[in-house]
Amino acid sequence: MTTQSPLSPPGAGAPAGGPLPTQPKNRSVAERESVVIRFCGDSGDGMQLTGTEFTRVTALAGNDLSTLPDFPAEIRAPAGSIAGVSGYQLQFSSREVFTPGDQPHTLVAMNPAALKANLADLVPGGALVVNTGAFTKPNLQKAGYESNPLEDGSLERYHVHQVDVTKLTALALKDTGLSSKEIGRCKNFFALGLAFWMYNRPTEPEIESIKQKFGKKPELADANIKAFLAGYNYGETAEIFTESVEVKPAPIAAGTYRNIMGNSATAIGLVTAGHLSGLDIFFAGYPITPASSILHELSNYRAYGVTTFQCEDEIAAIGAALGGSFGGQLGVTASSGPGIALKGEFMGLAVSLELPLVIINVQRGGPSTGLPTKTEQADLLQALYGRNGECPIPVLAAMTPADCFDATIEACRVAVKHMTPVVLLTDGYLANGSEPWLVPKKGDLAPIEVKFRTDPAGYEVYERDPETLARAWVRPGTPGLTHRVGGLEKDALTGNVSYDPVNHEVMCQTRADKVARVARGFGTLHLTGPDHGELLVCGWGSTYGAIAQSVELARAEGRRVSHVHLRWLNPLHGELGALLKRFDKVLVPEMNLGQLVKVLRAEFLVDAQSFTKVQGKPFTVSELKARIDQLTSPKERS
Amino acid sequence: MSNPTSMEGAAPIKLTRKDYASDQDVRWCPGCGDYAILAQVQKVFADLRLDRDKTVFVSGIGCSSRFPYYMNTYGVHSIHGRAPAIASGLKVARPELAIWVVTGDGDGLSIGGNHLIHAIRRNIDLKILLFNNRIYGLTKGQYSPTSEFGKRTVSTPHGVPDRPFNPVAVALGAGATFVARAFDTDTDHLQAMLRRAHAHKGTAFIEIYQNCNVFNDGAFEHLAEKKVHDERVIALEHGKPLLFGPGKSKGLRFDAHGRATAVEVGEGPGQVPVGAIACHDESVDSSGYAFVLSQLDYPTNPVPIGIFRAVERPTYEQTVEEQARKVAPTGARKDIETLWHQGDTWVAGSGGDAE
Repeated sequence: MTTQSPLSPPGAGAPAGGPLPTQPKNRSVAERESVVIRFCGDSGDGMQLTGTEFTRVTALAGNDLSTLPDFPAEIRAPAGSIAGVSGYQLQFSSREVFTPGDQPHTLVAMNPAALKANLADLVPGGALVVNTGAFTKPNLQKAGYESNPLEDGSLERYHVHQVDVTKLTALALKDTGLSSKEIGRCKNFFALGLAFWMYNRPTEPEIESIKQKFGKKPELADANIKAFLAGYNYGETAEIFTESVEVKPAPIAAGTYRNIMGNSATAIGLVTAGHLSGLDIFFAGYPITPASSILHELSNYRAYGVTTFQCEDEIAAIGAALGGSFGGQLGVTASSGPGIALKGEFMGLAVSLELPLVIINVQRGGPSTGLPTKTEQADLLQALYGRNGECPIPVLAAMTPADCFDATIEACRVAVKHMTPVVLLTDGYLANGSEPWLVPKKGDLAPIEVKFRTDPAGYEVYERDPETLARAWVRPGTPGLTHRVGGLEKDALTGNVSYDPVNHEVMCQTRADKVARVARGFGTLHLTGPDHGELLVCGWGSTYGAIAQSVELARAEGRRVSHVHLRWLNPLHGELGALLKRFDKVLVPEMNLGQLVKVLRAEFLVDAQSFTKVQGKPFTVSELKARIDQLTSPKERS
Repeated sequence: MSNPTSMEGAAPIKLTRKDYASDQDVRWCPGCGDYAILAQVQKVFADLRLDRDKTVFVSGIGCSSRFPYYMNTYGVHSIHGRAPAIASGLKVARPELAIWVVTGDGDGLSIGGNHLIHAIRRNIDLKILLFNNRIYGLTKGQYSPTSEFGKRTVSTPHGVPDRPFNPVAVALGAGATFVARAFDTDTDHLQAMLRRAHAHKGTAFIEIYQNCNVFNDGAFEHLAEKKVHDERVIALEHGKPLLFGPGKSKGLRFDAHGRATAVEVGEGPGQVPVGAIACHDESVDSSGYAFVLSQLDYPTNPVPIGIFRAVERPTYEQTVEEQARKVAPTGARKDIETLWHQGDTWVAGSGGDAE
């Protein structure tokens, strides 16, 4: 029998493996299945680094995991203010993880503002580690506390661990010769060290990582290692923690893994598409949150056949990418909603020129500048319809951070095969979230076939492949194939400017048919559960994890609910309409005010219900589960 | 289709304009200055035997932007103001192609001003021809960013309330390495400018005064007309004194603040000896001198045509290529698996690769 550890999820019950042999003095280790932990502090406190370092080592330890960074739009909001609070949450587990977790079991709060902004999410009875050194009168005032929560009894529901991280870090580093300001910047590593002890993570990989990260400034590397070890040792020696928690590795598919963030998976997916197609990748972008890191990462991949071009604006970026595609490379641009709005006219030109082009929208909260660092799915209708004229573009969405890799390759494949711009939707949650990624092997991925026309005999600029309706791609410089393309309506065969009324209708219809035929290349629908029943939950994009887990929980209770997740939003899968009609009810959860649901109702005449959330935060599993419970009957006995 | 311009090693056949004309009917208004410019471009391409398979004309929207349809080269007729963006991407992706941008005063300086200045700033090897007719023609007669202050147009019945851009000054302000000005009707001079633009390595910007005989007829007649041309126009020639007027009887002198004064040139009383007139130097490192010249305007001063500035600077795409050679000296791509496996990896299960 074991007692409930304050560091483990309340209600998690007895650990599966029983108590582990006691390690060094004062240390007992309890095994747990899953843990959700959140680090939060001022945006100058280095919480993102703390979170990513904890994640990295946790991934190396073989846990499945999912992360949710949450940071303010301001680079440095006033220190100590609520607006300046930055957080990083992760869930890690010995089984499959779908989401970063609804509520943290452990909250590390580096100052009063962070406590105030995050406390409501901590599960009752959860562990709360606070840096008492930051609970000064001015900081309490800035956070809006009238009395000190550490003293007024308001934290009684939690296991509070008061640690003066500020002072302990300063003591550990007093002989380093660093200034007090520099020492202050090391306290996140003290907190990290403490978390390492609490969750029984190995210290060696972290020490190596610090050495690498601060390689150019060995004195800072030494200081951070000292702070890190001081935090770890504090956990071991301080009486306040009676045990640490161990989460065993998860039984995941065999292979080589690395932890990957969504934007990184997107960038590597683009390079991989270049490898699979033999095409050079021409990426043109303009800085915008949360898409910029795709540009940053790709700019390091010149040696893999990638050229990046930072343009003067969003319009130039898609224009330059389209120029690259006209030149026979694969043009790509990435942005977020406001930037995509600016690119709209060029997307129309790309539809008219019928050249491959990949447009990535890392969605964020809108309208206008909206919530730049928060996630949302409210650009779906913009992607589907946000252009002048009849302007069909294939649209697909990534489901998880690692899935950004596959979705990106699929976008490139369709763009090249069908000679069309393609919109790939990801979002801020996927972009900055991370999870383990099963590294592919060569041969796992099918090549992307590219045919450049070189034969001048009988060339007609808009002659089409009978199957895909794609026109031929011709690289400028090819002898005898000079031709002109443009945004004026073109003759359906020659491509010469044509104002003929019937020709225009033929061209509009043909462009629509071409995009519709993309569906011929789709695999099976991503369906979990039977293909009929009481409720079908139909999602798209980054809601995948929360829907998958909530449906799994509901099914475990015997509820007749299935989950279909749409890879493609345009065209829709050919079997979707029939599937929707085999369920009594259809629920469409979206992080917008109901966009896909409109499309489904319009396309299939089904009475699909909407379930929406626009708070800049992903759905929690419990929110979705509660809605599923309302719409389904409990277990039926046969 | 055979392409005489690509023939290598064969006996040269004399090429003509027609070898560079597409099969499309030219549809500008009769009398439009664009015809003359098209003819000179085709003539220069024929004279220089330029390879049409390796040439791309890129344009935006407007009368001038129909230009690519009439050239038997590769071409893109894009969207309003954005030609420099497409052309920049194309040139960086395919540096071996010769890329010409055709734009107008509205396309290039109004809706597309941002792309124009940034293309010039980067010194991407593009030949940019800006047809300046000081009016919006395709949309029927609204004032443009080069229209004169006070001009009455359909959209400014009380007169244009803002000051015009000077395209040459804009280009110089953006750091242009090659800037020239020409008239649509002065065929020999225009050809000479096009040849020099072709030879320049980097962004070459030519403002071409172009008459719109429908919406702004005679916009440059006060300069082009034979009777007054010598008096009101000064042709810049590298290494030659800044002379103009009938029989080159006048010269320009500048005070310490760049103000120009016209003087009679000669040895007589009140005249200035020709040796005291500064010689034009298009290669001056600072663009300040060229900018002073760009400010010369009718009626105070003669209007300069010719090459204001021609200096050598590394092009954007050269720099990008040099950077690429540093990271990939052989040009061979790195193995994709190296990228997949970068950073921390771990092996799960029995089927994983050993790291």
